[in-house]
Amino acid sequence: MARYTPPEQSKAGQVFDIAVVVVAIFVALWLPLKLGLAGAAKSIDPLDAKTWDALGQNATMASIWEKLGYTPETAHDIIQNRFHYIIDWPTLIIMAIVLIAYFVFLFRASDKEYREVINEKFDDK
Amino acid sequence: MTAAVETGLTTTIHGDRVSLLRVLGPAHVWALGVGIVLVGEFTGWNFAADKGGALAALIVCWIVGLLYTSVAMIDSEVTSTVAAAGGQYAQAKHIVGPLMAFNVALFLVFAYTMLEVSDAILLGDTIVAKAGVEGLTHNSFIAATIVVLAWLNYRGVLMTLNVNFVITAIAYISIVILFFSVSPWTQGAVLKLNELVTPGNSLPYGWIGVIAAFQFGIWYYLGIEGTTQAAEEVRSPARSLPYGTMAGMITLLIAAAMTWYVCASLMPWEYLGITYYPLWDAGKLTGSPLLENLLFIATLLAALASANGCINDAARAWFSLGRDRYLPSWFSAVHPRYRTPYRSILFLLPIALAFAFIADLNQAITFSILSGVLQYTFMSINIMMFRKKWPLGSIRRGYTHPFHPLPAIVLFCLCMVTFFAIFLGFGSQLIAMTIFYFLISLWFHFYRYKFVRRGDQFSMPWPKPQGY
Repeated sequence: MARYTPPEQSKAGQVFDIAVVVVAIFVALWLPLKLGLAGAAKSIDPLDAKTWDALGQNATMASIWEKLGYTPETAHDIIQNRFHYIIDWPTLIIMAIVLIAYFVFLFRASDKEYREVINEKFDDK
Repeated sequence: MTAAVETGLTTTIHGDRVSLLRVLGPAHVWALGVGIVLVGEFTGWNFAADKGGALAALIVCWIVGLLYTSVAMIDSEVTSTVAAAGGQYAQAKHIVGPLMAFNVALFLVFAYTMLEVSDAILLGDTIVAKAGVEGLTHNSFIAATIVVLAWLNYRGVLMTLNVNFVITAIAYISIVILFFSVSPWTQGAVLKLNELVTPGNSLPYGWIGVIAAFQFGIWYYLGIEGTTQAAEEVRSPARSLPYGTMAGMITLLIAAAMTWYVCASLMPWEYLGITYYPLWDAGKLTGSPLLENLLFIATLLAALASANGCINDAARAWFSLGRDRYLPSWFSAVHPRYRTPYRSILFLLPIALAFAFIADLNQAITFSILSGVLQYTFMSINIMMFRKKWPLGSIRRGYTHPFHPLPAIVLFCLCMVTFFAIFLGFGSQLIAMTIFYFLISLWFHFYRYKFVRRGDQFSMPWPKPQGY
């Protein structure tokens, strides 16, 4: 197999590629933050009676909360801030499809490239 | 002015070929791995209690410990055989192919850079909380941490990891001191586990909460695989890397168990799940000013050690991408005097700074975990391909892990559970990041790959892989 000679990349081309990567990194990491996609869904289940007992705290727990500087009123929003685990099936299916498609493409395209590498490496010998 | 030309495995400066220095031993490998991870005991793991309760945090500590034991076993075998800077990146290049290697390097860079960001935020928040001065913000502390550590990394790997060894050891010893100071063999005097973790509140969300807790259970050990990044700077990779990695894993399993036991026995799970400083709070709740101050200092040191190791690892992964022309070769320069990948260190510095200011701790941790789990999924498949392409006996391995393929299957299954756990809280973020990796892979495969020298991607003295 003929040895592949890659083109030389100009300085401007290198700078452009660096810019593409930087933009991609910021879009991938910053966009979910900007769109509010990052962060788990928690919500407060409010209680009318704000006492340690109503908040499900026994005497030991209450004494520790107080040692940490909390009262039943100030601890209420922490204790009652709960996850509500609901399986959103359409999102789960989309997530599974995206992940599987990504890994399938990754392995298939990598294998194609790998064959070129192996052919060139071992045909040289 | 220095004229530098990057070619092949080294940088040529005025006709001299400059490469990374082989100066590290097993203790440095241990310090790199544990140094990156130990901060997870000081913050992060406890968010697992928020997602599933105190008992869920313990269950995932053990099960995720199994995941990472599989990671360490697999990694030790492959890395002791493929000893090159970039760690898992070099493994992917030799076993799966260039595109996978490109993705793995990005997983590494994202996981470590976001972990570095988390460390800097933790350090800044801890100082602000201790100072208790109104109007004081964490920004200047975050910026100083990232810049000073980048400078340290710029100056040399041996000094960087010597510093890491010392501060990691101090942080670890502080956990041991806390554990033995609270009479762990006696309940009721200081520790009150029976009264804080009761049958009624141990699993407040049931078993779905345990699965959800996997997301932050990863934080107990995330980054231990970073030991492999030093492969080209270790004097004896086949010996040092398996020793350092496995010793690190054992160290972390012990630290995680002690941390859970003390923290769950000192504070209610609702508070444990939201605090940024569980061990420092544990120190405070013992009533001992000495322990409180010790754990405050240890929290800072653990964050510093982790950020330091992360800069080291992310820069080496980025350097490897440049060296192989997967990214512009400008990044592959080695400093003529300090022998470090200085351009990669400097390039990643503003990215870390930017995200330290726009993301909060929880989000930065999740970014890091997402890239980590994608990488572990790759590792489980990678070892199967490695054994198939080069069966035992066909090449010299520094270490051969036992029970194959059980660790790979366990790792793959636990990664799937963790993806589901991430979906339960951060599903949209996972989809967004996977789409990013998909698009950047298309960019690489259909455009960037043309700059890559094909045959040079395989540099190990191995026979042709079976099936090719």
